[in-house]
Amino acid sequence: MGHVAIIAGQIFNGFSVGSILLLIALGLALSFGLMNVINMAHGEMLMVGGYLSYLACKFVHGPMSLLAAFLFAFVGAALLGALLEVTIIRWLYGRPLDTLLATWGVSLMLQQGARTLFGPIGVEVVAPAWLSGAVSFDTGVLAGLSMPYVRIFIISVTMVVLVLLTLFISRTRWGLYLRAVHQDREMAQALGVNTKLVDLLVFSVGTGVAGLAGAALALIAPVTPTVGQNYIVYAFLVVIVGGLGSLFGTTLAALFVGLISSAVQMFTSVSLADVFLLVMVIVFIQFRPRGIIFARSRNMKEA
Amino acid sequence: MHLMSNRLKQLALAGFGAVLLSVPCSAQDNTVKVGVLHSLSGTMAISEDTVKNSTLLAIDQINASGGVLGKKIVPVIEDGSSDPAIFSQKAQKLIQEDKVVTVFGGWTSASRKAMLPVFERFHSLLWYPVQFEGNECSSNIMYSGAQPNQQILPALDYAMQNGKKKVFLLGSDYVFPRTANLILKKHILKDGGVVSGEEYVPLGGTDFSAIITKIKIAKPDVVFSTVNGDSNVSFFKQLAAAGISQQQLPIVSFSIAEQEAKAMGTSLVAGGFTAWNYFQSLKNPKNAAFIAAYKAKYGSDAVLDDPMVHGYIDVLIWAAAVKKAGSFDPNAVRKAATQLASMPSPLGDIKFAENQSLYQTAYVGQFLPDGQVKVVWQSKGALHPDPYDALAFPGKTCVVK
Repeated sequence: MGHVAIIAGQIFNGFSVGSILLLIALGLALSFGLMNVINMAHGEMLMVGGYLSYLACKFVHGPMSLLAAFLFAFVGAALLGALLEVTIIRWLYGRPLDTLLATWGVSLMLQQGARTLFGPIGVEVVAPAWLSGAVSFDTGVLAGLSMPYVRIFIISVTMVVLVLLTLFISRTRWGLYLRAVHQDREMAQALGVNTKLVDLLVFSVGTGVAGLAGAALALIAPVTPTVGQNYIVYAFLVVIVGGLGSLFGTTLAALFVGLISSAVQMFTSVSLADVFLLVMVIVFIQFRPRGIIFARSRNMKEA
Repeated sequence: MHLMSNRLKQLALAGFGAVLLSVPCSAQDNTVKVGVLHSLSGTMAISEDTVKNSTLLAIDQINASGGVLGKKIVPVIEDGSSDPAIFSQKAQKLIQEDKVVTVFGGWTSASRKAMLPVFERFHSLLWYPVQFEGNECSSNIMYSGAQPNQQILPALDYAMQNGKKKVFLLGSDYVFPRTANLILKKHILKDGGVVSGEEYVPLGGTDFSAIITKIKIAKPDVVFSTVNGDSNVSFFKQLAAAGISQQQLPIVSFSIAEQEAKAMGTSLVAGGFTAWNYFQSLKNPKNAAFIAAYKAKYGSDAVLDDPMVHGYIDVLIWAAAVKKAGSFDPNAVRKAATQLASMPSPLGDIKFAENQSLYQTAYVGQFLPDGQVKVVWQSKGALHPDPYDALAFPGKTCVVK
C-alpha cells in the first residue's frame, strides 16, 4: 500500500467512524442541546435499535429485510423514547441532576433486560449479500485501498438522516415550533404552541435516530447488552464540542472526532488514541467553551 | 472408577439429589460439601455456566457410583457475577460458612488472582479449569488449564513449521493477552521469525478499522489473536468486509472454542485456526462417553469445549486423590493428586505434575463450517506444564510447598 492509499483509507475510516458517532450524537444534540435533558439512557436506545433490527431480520427475509430493520429500529426506539418522556423525563424538567440519575437507572434496567431476553453474548445481524463486497483499487496511487460497501452504506444513511432532520427543523411547521420553544419557551407557550407535545416529539425523534444508529452499527459489530456504553461518552463529547443546539456543529464535531481518532490510531495504539483525543477536546474547550458553533437562546442559562 | 453412566442411572440420581438437598441436616454424616464458584450472571456467564454444568455432571457420576470415601458429594453453587471482588467474597463464604473441603471454579485471570489470597489464607484448595498466561504458582491452586507452553507456544511451532514466519500479534487489552504476547515475542525472535505488529483493543471494543489497515500494511503471514469475547465478532466481520479472507491470511485464535464459534456464527470463523487441549471432535472412548452423558443431562444440541472438559476432569481427579489420600484435607489431597498415575480422560492421558499443573496434549485445529474443529496437528504425547517460560521469565521456577 502506498502512502496516498493509506492516508485515503484512514480518511475513509474516519468518515465511517464519524458517521456512526454522528447518528448517535444527533439524538443527543436534540435532547441535550435543545431541551437541556441529560439522557444517560441514550446509549441504550442504540442498543434497543440494534436488537430490533436483529428481530426484524429474523422475521423479514429477502431484499426488504434491511429496510424493515431500519424502520423497525427507528419506530421502536422512538416509541420507547416517547414512553420514557411521558413517564419520567416530563416530570423532571429543570432538574438536570434528577434526570441524570433517573435515566441512568433506566439505562441499567434496559441493559439487564436485554441480558435476560437475549443472553449476555451478542447477537448478530448478517448484512445482505449485496453489501458484502468492497470498492477496491488495484492500480495507481490508490492501490491496496478498499472501501467496504457496508461502511459506504452507513455513511450514506447518516447523510440521508442528516438532510431529513435539517429539512424537518427548517422547513416544517413542527420544526418551527421546535425552534420557537428552543429560543423562548414562555413566549412560544403564550403564542399557543403546545410545548409539551413539542418536547415529546423532539425527544422521541432523538431516540429514534439513536435506534437507527444501532441498526447501522449492527451491520459491522455484534449487538450486546452493553453496546451503548461504548458510545455514550463519545456522543456527549461530540455534542459538547459541536456546541449545544447546533446540528451543523454536531456534524463537524463528529467528523473531527472520527478523523482525529482514526489518524492517531495509525501512529499509536487504540487506547492511547483515546487519551490523545480527550486531551485535544479539553484543550479545545478551553478556547471555545461553547463549542464550534453556539446557538443563542434565552432558554438556556447564559454561562 | 466406573464412569460410564446411562440415562436411567442419571434420572435416579437426579431424584436422589433432590431428596438430599431437601434434608441437608439429617444427611450431614454421610455427605461432603464442595464449592462450585462460576459466573452465572454478567458478561462471563455464557462461558462459565457450561463449565458449572460439566462440573455438576462429574459430581453426579461419582455419587452414582457410590461417592467418595463412602460420602455423597453435595455441591454448594455460588455465582461470581463476572466480578473479581465477588469471586473473592464468595470463595471466603464457601470456605468459612459452608465449610466446603475444596472449590471448583474461576475463569478470568482477574477472578483467579482475586481468589488466590483467600485460598492461601485459609489453606484451602481451588481447582482452576481454564487456560491462562502462567507466571503464577500457588500451592493452593490446581491449574488444570493449559500453561503457555501447552497452548500458545505449540501453535507458534506449528505456524513456523509451515513457513509462517511473519507474525502479527493482536489482543484485548488486559493481563492474559499482554503476557501471552510477551512470551510469544521472545519465542518468535528466537526461532528466527518476525513480529510484524502488536496491537491491543479495549475489552468490548468494536472498531477495528485502523488495526485492519495496519495489518494490510504489515502484510503478516499469520495473525495470532488473543482478542476476547464479543470483540471477535467485530474483528472477523470487519476483516471479511475489508476483503481479507482466511485463505489469504490465517487467524489463529486462542480465545475462541466451539462454544464461542457457535455463539458468534460458525460461518464467521470457518477456516480459521485455534489451539486447545481438547476438541469435541476428539475420537476416544472417554470422550464419546463424556459427550453422551453431557447431552443426556443438558440437551442434545449442547456443544462441548476445552474449559468444560477441564471442569469435568478436575472433579474426577479430586475424587481419585481423596481416595488415595484417605482424607478430605486439602493439603493431603493436593499432594496425593500429583502422585496419581496417568489416567485416560476425554482429552487423552492426563496427570498432575509436581507443580500442580496438568500434563496434557496440545492440539491445533481448524474450524469447519459447522463450528466443529478438525485437528491439524498435535504434540507428541502429553506436555509437561511450565508456568514460567524460560525466555520470558528467566530464573523463576514453580515450587509448591
